[in-house]
Amino acid sequence: MSVLLDISHIDMEFPTPKGPFTALRDVDLKIAQGEFVSLIGHSGCGKSTVLNVVAGLYQATRGGVILSGKEVTEPGPERAVVFQNHSLLPWLTAYENVELAVKQVFGKNKSKAEMREWIEHNLDLVHMSHAMHKRPDEISGGMKQRVGIARALAMQPKVLLMDEPFGALDALTRAHMQDSLMEIQAELNNTVIMITHDVDEAVLLSDRIVMMTNGPAATIGEILQVDLERPRHRLELADDPLYNQYRAKVLKFLHERHSKPDVPTKKSVPAKPNTAPAQTAGDIKETVDNAA
Amino acid sequence: MNTATVIATKFSGLKLPQLDGTFFSNAIRLVALPAAGILAFLLLWSVTAQNIDTSLGKFPGPAAVMEQFNALHDEHQRSREKEQAFYERQEKRNAERVAKDPNYQPKIRAYTGKETFLDQIITSLVTVMSGFLLAVAIAIPLGITIGLSQALNNAINPIIQIFKPVSPLAWLPLVTMVVSALYTSPDPLVAKSFLNSLITVTLCCLWPMVINTAVGVAGIDKDLVNVSKVLRLPALRHVQKIVLPASVPMIFTGMRLSLGVAWMVLIAAEMLAQNPGLGKFVWDEFQNGSSDSLARIMAAVLVIGLIGFLLDRGMLALQKLVSWDKTAN
Repeated sequence: MSVLLDISHIDMEFPTPKGPFTALRDVDLKIAQGEFVSLIGHSGCGKSTVLNVVAGLYQATRGGVILSGKEVTEPGPERAVVFQNHSLLPWLTAYENVELAVKQVFGKNKSKAEMREWIEHNLDLVHMSHAMHKRPDEISGGMKQRVGIARALAMQPKVLLMDEPFGALDALTRAHMQDSLMEIQAELNNTVIMITHDVDEAVLLSDRIVMMTNGPAATIGEILQVDLERPRHRLELADDPLYNQYRAKVLKFLHERHSKPDVPTKKSVPAKPNTAPAQTAGDIKETVDNAA
Repeated sequence: MNTATVIATKFSGLKLPQLDGTFFSNAIRLVALPAAGILAFLLLWSVTAQNIDTSLGKFPGPAAVMEQFNALHDEHQRSREKEQAFYERQEKRNAERVAKDPNYQPKIRAYTGKETFLDQIITSLVTVMSGFLLAVAIAIPLGITIGLSQALNNAINPIIQIFKPVSPLAWLPLVTMVVSALYTSPDPLVAKSFLNSLITVTLCCLWPMVINTAVGVAGIDKDLVNVSKVLRLPALRHVQKIVLPASVPMIFTGMRLSLGVAWMVLIAAEMLAQNPGLGKFVWDEFQNGSSDSLARIMAAVLVIGLIGFLLDRGMLALQKLVSWDKTAN
């Protein structure tokens, strides 16, 4: 496989008054063009840190990130980020939010008309054409996240980084968003790294699921290759033995980490209770799906 | 009542059965209760005033003050009539002289009567707005710079903290001397006294704006800053597109605080420095020591309060107009 993104043996240490805190140790992952990779793990295990290093918002203490042969040293639009809390500028409309990104990335290469078309095309892709002149406080959480995704897609990134993009949404909206994301993915064949808490989401969307051990000094525990045919349909998959096998594997991994954390330090203790919602969310969604 | 109706309609969501209840509760809240408060205050004031004897007679009650409002208004009218008469006479005289001698260059002299109460109000308003706008022009760029740079913040913060509590009365002598020394144009554009008041106002109302702007800028949502980083916005565009709009609510809070400070400072500065304005009016009346003086001063106090209130409301209206965050109050 041709490697697009090489996360090469990164360590991440944060300075604290009590000495350096090692968040990540030797995280090593190669991602191919067009691959959809999920990072899953307990809260505080450093998933977001990995994403931030790839985004260039953090600099790895050791090791580095190489994107199409070039080392990542700073943030940039070729590694667009979809933040958990949508991060839309509240004083701009949906259109203007995307426009800010498009002007910055394509301002020199595209004419005004072309940019306009490109902005509208991306908003259309996430089904937000009808509300593109509304401001974030006038639209729902799911719609805000759609605009956030449109903004990231509009940058035409080499890698799309998503930090728990649907974590703040209710189960039903989340299911819609996942379907939308699969549609877009089928059309654009983006390379995506997504952080998630949700086992079903990970299995449904990913080509590979990267399971992280608990922090501190978190690293990659296991990698699960998900060989389910695309396009995937959540209702059909619900009875698919392979799907359930994958799902069980991830759950088992998380459960083992939950009951036997690698290093039982104070740091990792508060993370424990947060594992329950990940499973519950999955269960809720299942009931929703069955009901639908 | 009109406002009450509008608000009642707005909050009741136009549900007719509810309208009556909401309308009355709003009418009570917005009209009846404030009116009762004012009435109680007037009563208390007039009773207390009757029991205070000063060397200038009894302390003025509401009636005496009202009377002085009328007197001040009449004085203003008379003064304006005099002024008009003066200019008419001057024009006539000049016209006659030009008729006699076509080579005569008519001289036009400005009317130099005593400023009326209204003139003083206008002078004070012009001064406070000039001083305030100068402070805005300095404080907002300074606040943004400090907010963006933690190092600069650490460097400048002690200076701000030391100058912030300084009373205008302490600045005034310094300002007066410096202005006298440096502002020596033979044909000055503005009066020195105006400049003294203006600079004193600026020096005192600078700080709340600097602090609030800096806090607003430093407290921008980290995610928005990350968006800017991912987009690689250049520094200026980052300030223009992210920093400035994000901190507008805080900047306005600072501006409202500052305008309040500016108005208070101005009255004190005008009193002490004998600069034209409401402060001078108060001081003149105090020195005058007539039996009407206290009532006239009380009238000025009410006007000063009312203007301060209106300035704040005006600022709030401006904020609502400009800011994306419509929740301010």
